[in-house]
Amino acid sequence: MELFDIGLNIGLAHYLTLAAILFTLGVFGIFLNRKNMIVILMCIELMLLAVNINFVAFSAHLGDLVGQIFSLFILTVAAAEAAIGLAILVTFFRLKGSIAVEDISSMKG
Amino acid sequence: MIAAFAFYLFAFVTLLSGVMVITARNPVHSVLFLILAFFNSAGLFVLLGAEFIAMILVIVYVGAVAVLFLFVVMMLDISFADLRKGVMQYIPVGLVAGGVLLAELIAIFVTWKFSDKAAENIAVPFVADNASAGVTNTEAIGQVLYTDYIFAFQVAGLILLVAMIGAIVLTYRRRPGVRRQIVSEQQARTVEESMEIKKVTPGTGV
Repeated sequence: MELFDIGLNIGLAHYLTLAAILFTLGVFGIFLNRKNMIVILMCIELMLLAVNINFVAFSAHLGDLVGQIFSLFILTVAAAEAAIGLAILVTFFRLKGSIAVEDISSMKG
Repeated sequence: MIAAFAFYLFAFVTLLSGVMVITARNPVHSVLFLILAFFNSAGLFVLLGAEFIAMILVIVYVGAVAVLFLFVVMMLDISFADLRKGVMQYIPVGLVAGGVLLAELIAIFVTWKFSDKAAENIAVPFVADNASAGVTNTEAIGQVLYTDYIFAFQVAGLILLVAMIGAIVLTYRRRPGVRRQIVSEQQARTVEESMEIKKVTPGTGV
């Protein structure tokens, strides 16, 4: 199988490359916006999206439905994570009046 | 040909909106570009033949998660300009970390080879026999999800329940100044403590 076939023949490699770049963007975004808690949560969503693309691409390539089912579970966990994360964020903002990451160090000894 | 064009269009817009998510000055714009990225990924999933995941992505991510982000961004009264100060100093370390990660991922994908036995390990094959039997993607997922993966499915429901209760408990607050109805106290009232008969002598007042 020719894995890297740049051009009009869209295969598994194209989707994997897209997901890799998207995941890297998520990681880079965490470094870039390391003060802003909300954008960090959004970057995590981007990374989960990249993982989902990987799962569905492999599922379509291998003809195995299980990849799509795992992608559903990732979606569930991502939704729960976003809800809890934003709830913690709102609670923290009420307490401290800030969402900067360096202010979230009260537990540090 | 059209599929290739659609793939490049969706992929390009997804990546571009991904870049905008992490570079936009205003977090509201970040959320809107995140929604665009999700929509285009849903298009990619449709191209891959995963229609159900694509629709769930639009419903769950765009309809729930992104709107939740939008609410929180607009609700919090924060100077986002202050949070962006000193961004430039993090670009080199971010580029190094991202570049290393991307190089590793590409190295994996370039050298990736499927085992000859990969075709034997497919748990739930769906391509050939489903298309001939007229089973849609949603139907095929339902047949597997509610039988083989029923416990994982129920655990997913439990996770959502815990997340819901957790979010409510975390953000619920009793405000001291607000008078609200407390049914148990209303029910516990007796005539003796709620009514009092006073003898008023004429000319003195209560």
